[in-house]
Parts: sequence; C-alpha cells; structure tokens
Amino acid sequence: MMNHSIKFKGLLWHKLVAIITIISGLFSTTFVYAGANDYGIASPWQMDTQAPATEMMTNMISFHNLLLWIIGLTTLFVGVLLLIVIFKYNAKSNPVPAKFTHNTMIEIIWTIIPIIILLVIAIPSFRLLYEQRVIPDSDMTIKVTGNQWYWSYEYPGYGDIAFDSIMIPDDELKEGQPRLLAVDNEMIVPVDTTVRLILTASDVIHSWTIPSFGVKIDTIPGRLNEAWFNANREGIYYGQCSELCGKDHAFMPIAVRVVSAEEFAKWVEKAKVEFASAPINETIKLAALSAAQ
Amino acid sequence: MATDTAHDAHDHHTPTGWRRWVLSTNHKDIGTMYLVFSILAGLVGGLISMGMRAELQEPGMQIFPWIAEFIANADDPVNAGKHLFNVFTTAHGLIMVFFMVMPAVIGGFGNWFVPLMIGAPDMAFPRMNNISFWLMPPALLLLCMSLFVEGPSGFSGTGGGWTIYPPLSTSGQPGPAMDFAILSLHLAGAASILGAINFITTIFNMRAPGMTIHKMPLFVWSMLVTAFLLLLSMPVLAGAITMLITDRNFGTAFFDPSGGGDPILFQHLFWFFGHPEVYIMILPVFGIISQVVSTFSKKPVFGYMAMAYAMSAIGFVGFIVWAHHMYTVGMDVDTQAYFVFATMVIAVPTGIKIFSWIATMWGGSVEFKTPMVWAVGFIFVFTVGGVTGVVLANAASDRIMHDTYYVVAHFHYVLSLGAVFGIFCGWYYWFPKMSGYMYSEFWGKLHFIVTMIGVNMLFFPQHFLGLAGMPRRYVDYPDVYAGWNFVSSIGGYISYGAAFIFLIGVYQAFKAKVPAGDNPWGEYADTLEWTLSSPPPHHQFNTLPKIK
Repeated sequence: MMNHSIKFKGLLWHKLVAIITIISGLFSTTFVYAGANDYGIASPWQMDTQAPATEMMTNMISFHNLLLWIIGLTTLFVGVLLLIVIFKYNAKSNPVPAKFTHNTMIEIIWTIIPIIILLVIAIPSFRLLYEQRVIPDSDMTIKVTGNQWYWSYEYPGYGDIAFDSIMIPDDELKEGQPRLLAVDNEMIVPVDTTVRLILTASDVIHSWTIPSFGVKIDTIPGRLNEAWFNANREGIYYGQCSELCGKDHAFMPIAVRVVSAEEFAKWVEKAKVEFASAPINETIKLAALSAAQ
Repeated sequence: MATDTAHDAHDHHTPTGWRRWVLSTNHKDIGTMYLVFSILAGLVGGLISMGMRAELQEPGMQIFPWIAEFIANADDPVNAGKHLFNVFTTAHGLIMVFFMVMPAVIGGFGNWFVPLMIGAPDMAFPRMNNISFWLMPPALLLLCMSLFVEGPSGFSGTGGGWTIYPPLSTSGQPGPAMDFAILSLHLAGAASILGAINFITTIFNMRAPGMTIHKMPLFVWSMLVTAFLLLLSMPVLAGAITMLITDRNFGTAFFDPSGGGDPILFQHLFWFFGHPEVYIMILPVFGIISQVVSTFSKKPVFGYMAMAYAMSAIGFVGFIVWAHHMYTVGMDVDTQAYFVFATMVIAVPTGIKIFSWIATMWGGSVEFKTPMVWAVGFIFVFTVGGVTGVVLANAASDRIMHDTYYVVAHFHYVLSLGAVFGIFCGWYYWFPKMSGYMYSEFWGKLHFIVTMIGVNMLFFPQHFLGLAGMPRRYVDYPDVYAGWNFVSSIGGYISYGAAFIFLIGVYQAFKAKVPAGDNPWGEYADTLEWTLSSPPPHHQFNTLPKIK
C-alpha cells in the first residue's frame, strides 16, 4: 500500500462524514413535522404543501404524508447502516475483512420487503389517481385558455361571461395584493360546487394549477383537457403557470376566488354586464396589447 | 511492462505533439480528451447555474437585466433578461447532460477502462472512437453559437428548456437559435451512437481469453448496459428532433395541431429517449461505485450476479416508464396507472444495488481513502434522490409536485449529486492509474466535505420550495419563497467553490509528482488495469492476459 499524501487521522474524517449524515437525517425528520400552512399561498420558510382547500388535496396530503414516512425511514435506515459501516467496519476497528459474497436469504428479504412497501404505496396511490382523473358529474363548467402570457376564462351557461386574467405589475399593486400572484380578474367560483374545467391553449403549452386544490393540468394547443375541483372553503387561492412557456413564464399567475353561492350569483350578474360588452376576440386583442406594453 | 513498451516502439508508431491528440486512435488518449472536455464543460455549465442562483438569491430581477444590458447590449434589458434566464436554464441542462456527465462517464472512464478491464489492446474501432470524440467540440460550439443568434423574435438564444417541447420550440422561437441547438444535439447524439457501437463490439468480441461475460468487472457490465441504452434511445431523439427541424423549416406538421399534428407526440418521443438517458448517466456510476466499494472494503463485491442483472433490469425497465414525466398532460387514467406501476418497479433493482453495496462494506475492513469517501457519500445522496423518485413516480402525489422545485431537487440529487459524486469517485480512484501520480488526500477530502455541505444546502431546501408550490424555470418568484431560495443560493456558491478545490487538488498532484506505483490500492483492486504500469503503456496487452 502506498500513500504518500498528507496523513490525516482517519477517524476525524469518519466523524465528519457521520455528522453530515446525521444532520441530513435530522433535516428530513423536520421535514416530516413541518407545521400548519396558509391557504392559497405559501408562507415564508414553509417546508411542506400549502393547506388543502379541497377534499382531494386533503387526501393527497395524507397520501404524501404516508410516502414521507416511508421515504424518511428508508433514508434513515440506509444512513444508519452507513454509520455502522463507518464506525464498526473501518480498517482500524476491523483489520481483518470477512470473506462472504453471498447470502441468499438476505437477498430475498431485500427484494421482497421493497415489493411489499411498494404495494402498500400502490393501493392508496391508484385509488387517489382514479379519483383525480375520473371526472365526476359537475355543477358547472369553466373553459380555461392559456396564452402567452395570461389566462382567459369563459363561463358557458352564465351568459357567455368571458374575460382575461392578467398579472398586476409590481408598480400597480394595491395593499395586500401579493407580488407576482395578484391578477386583475380572478376566476370566481362558488364554494362546495363541483367545477369542471375544460382547458386548452392558444399558442404554446401552459399548465394550470392551484396547489391548494391539488389540481395541475397542462393546457395544450389543439387539445382539450379536463380537470375538476370542489373547493370546500371560501377564500383566494393562487397558482402559477407550470409549463415553460417563454419569456414571461413566471409572470402569468392563476388566481381563483371561492365565494358563497349568493356572492357568486351577484358576481355573475355584474360580470355579464362588465365582460359581455366586449366580445372575446376584442378582449384578447386588448390583452395582447397590454401584455406587449 | 517494460517489454511491452519496447515492443511498441518498433511495432506501432507512437505519434507525438498535436498528431497524438487530434489524430488519436488510442483509447486512453481519447479518454483523457473526453475527461478534459468534460471538466471544461462542467465549469461552464456550473458558471451558468451560478448566474441563475445569483438571480434567485432574492426575489425580483437583479442579475439578468444587468447581464442582458451590459454583456448582450440589449435594448430592453428587463424583457431580454427574462428570456436570457430561460436561455441559461436550457444551456445549463444541455451542457451538463450532453457535455459534462456523458463525456465523463462514457467517453472518459469508459474509453479508458473498458479495454483495460477486459484485457483488450484498444477499442474495437479506434478511428470511430476518434470521430466520436471530435464530434463533441463542434456540438458544443454549435450550442454556444445558438446563444448569439435570434431565438424568439427580438431576443437571442434558445429558451425552450433542455426538453425543447413544441410549440415553444417551433412557432414559439422561430429564429435560427433553436436550429443551432438541434444540430448540436444531432452531433452529440451521433457521437454517442458511434461510441455505443464501439463499446458493444469491444465488450462482446475483445475480452481476453477466460474473461467470460460473468467474470467481467461490474464497471464493464455497467458500460455494456449503458451502450445498449444509448444505441436504442438516441436514434429516437434523433428522429424527434429531425421532425422538429422539418416542422420548423420545411412546412411539415408532425407536432403542429393546426396541420393535424400533436405536440404531445414530441413529448412521448423525447421521453422515450429522455428516461433511458438518465440511466445512461447513472449506470456507469453504479459500475464505478461497485469497483471502489469492493476495493476499499477489501472484500469481493456482494452479490455479483444480482448486481449485474439489477443493472440490466434497470436498463430494460428504464425503456417502459417514460410517460411518468407526463402525468399532467392529460393522459388517459389507465395509462397513467400503468406508468405509475412500471416506474415503482424500478425501485426494486435499485434497492438491491444500494443494499448490495452496503453488504459489500459490511464485515469489511474499510479504508476511507478519498474515492471511498465519495462512494459512501454517493450511496447516501443517491438514496435521498431515489426515495423522492418514489414520491414523484406516483401520479397521485406528482400532481402537486410536477414542474416544481421538488422535481429539480429530485433529479439534482440523483444526477448533480449522484452522477457527479460517482464521477469524482472514479476520478480519485483512477487518477493514479491515468496520470501515474498520487493525488493529495488532503485536497481530495476537503473537496468532498465542501461539496457535500454545498450541494445539500443547495438542493435540500428545494424540496421545501417545491412542496410549497414554487414552479421551476422561474426567473422571479413570490416573496414568500425568499428564505429557502437564499439558503439554496449560498449552497450553490459553496458547491461551485468546491470545483476550484478540485482543480487545486489536480494541480497539486501534477506539481508534487508523487509516483503512484502500479497498484496503490492493494490486492482488492483486482481488475486488470492495476496489473499495468501507471500510467499504462501507450499500447497494452500485446500479449493477451489469461483469466483463470
């Protein structure tokens, strides 16, 4: 054995490696215990998902918590095994290496146990997936169109309300409006209503999402996509375009305001007057103009 | 080995000067060129990500409008800066994948050590090996040139992401920048296909007598599986990007819905290449880790057959999971369910590999030299990256994480940490063999410690950002995400600093010129490269070694 480099006390390095491993391990545990969060928008230093505003998102969070335990414990297990190796089987503590190269039983165990764990994951996973993607009977439909770089919403069956939703630039923000999230015209929906979304795009692919609803679906030119949600809590919820769409990808937020049925009815009457006056083509032109500015 | 060298002198010509490199047909010289190329590309790709981390250190737009105004001399710095950020993400992805990781593990270590490990005098097709390498610099040049020509109207460079999804890469960026990028990928892809053919032929036909397929070192196994993945996936990418070129320039409509095409078709084709591609980057690293773990534990590798066939299984299953990158495109629910199932299957052979490495160390007498420290680090960070892969594999939970920083954290844990840790592991392991000089343990371990701290600080908080909903490829973000972004940026600077510690270490080794000897690692470094001198003679194994 030749080692002409500067000699370091081997143990020091084991300890450093061990400490880093432990810190990373603790990090992931904190991750599991991160506390309650706000609805519709993240809070500073937040470590896990935004609070759920649909039953779907509640279920997704509990599924994710299950996964977090499994992956946290797996990582911890591997970390502990590595620490044992570092402290017990280093050259100083164990000068004579063992000779074994096989152990059929242990190999069967570490094949079967992961399979069982994956089955434990698969059952809730598939149930949730089918809940997400089999669209239930809906109470209302909204058409969403992604454009470079704003959203358009249409409410068929509500007097052809159609409007664009454009981010408010930094210098026009009012008190309480979050930067890069607030928009001029929010999508308004009634609470406890199953809303079906029909989505497409006019230019490139965009992706419509509201984290608190557990919905994310790409809007693709030439295709109609479907998604649904049923918000169970009034309030305002933000999302951001989630498919790279060019220069202003970061500047086309999504805002959904969930209101009571009465307020929604009032809004519909108001919106019919406000938005129906301008046919949809006009609005797109205006929006394109303002986006260009 | 002295006889070998003397023999070479009159039997083969040994070119010197520029001819030795430019006209090289020698697998070791070509391997060296690949490694140097990869280090340079890595520094450029890393510098690009430093630009992005500097921008993201605080909310608002600070750095990119400045770069656009003062360096690119743009008229409209804010908008040019927004586009430039996308150009940077695109260039970072393409450079790191095609010009850093792949040249290092396949072109570099593969070229150097596959012939040595199987007892072959050289690669099967030495001239093809030369063209494989020399396609790479023009490919990188084309990518660099794309930065200076028009992409979307009014802005230069291509900003479609490394995934170059149409219509953003067709009607979204009509200028020639995207064509440059596509041609760059074509060249890099052709280089990879030629390399893959070379590796498969070499491994199948040029093993020394007695070196049966089940006696090959695991690194050679990993390269064999990788070469098949390259051979089968790269042509699909080539087809997809050729269709992109014709859509852009010759009026076809493969991906254009207004002409009856479908943008999603491109995504299927891209990921049919793209998913095997991530295994192409990580499988050779699996091979390196197996060699290193066995050497420094002073034990033969645990479960050799399971290790070899786990890699083959990962390679095979890697071809039938591609649409897990596309859970949000609106695929049929049964299709999504299939891809969830198939993707989770990969966790089983991957788990077998992790546990077999640990079992190799278990009961061993582990010498924590620099390569081993990197290997242990690899096993840990790859586990972290692997388990978040299980979270993303489930469409039901991926729904909230798709296209967020959680994904960025996941694939950087397996690639930027996993693959890169593996590359450094291989570098320190084989540096004495390649150069003939011993590296410095001090600089090697300092390099590890600083990298480990830097990259974990850089990427671990990105899990939080992703869960909290921050989308990826964003030049500016809502103020609530400021905290973890700041931590992440500081981690980024530390990581990039670590790259310079690496360079100091390399400089130090070449300056100190401490001879390494034929085999600095002892009897458990039992593959054939350690039977040769360090560095090996220009032509080795003129008399083929016999394997018992």
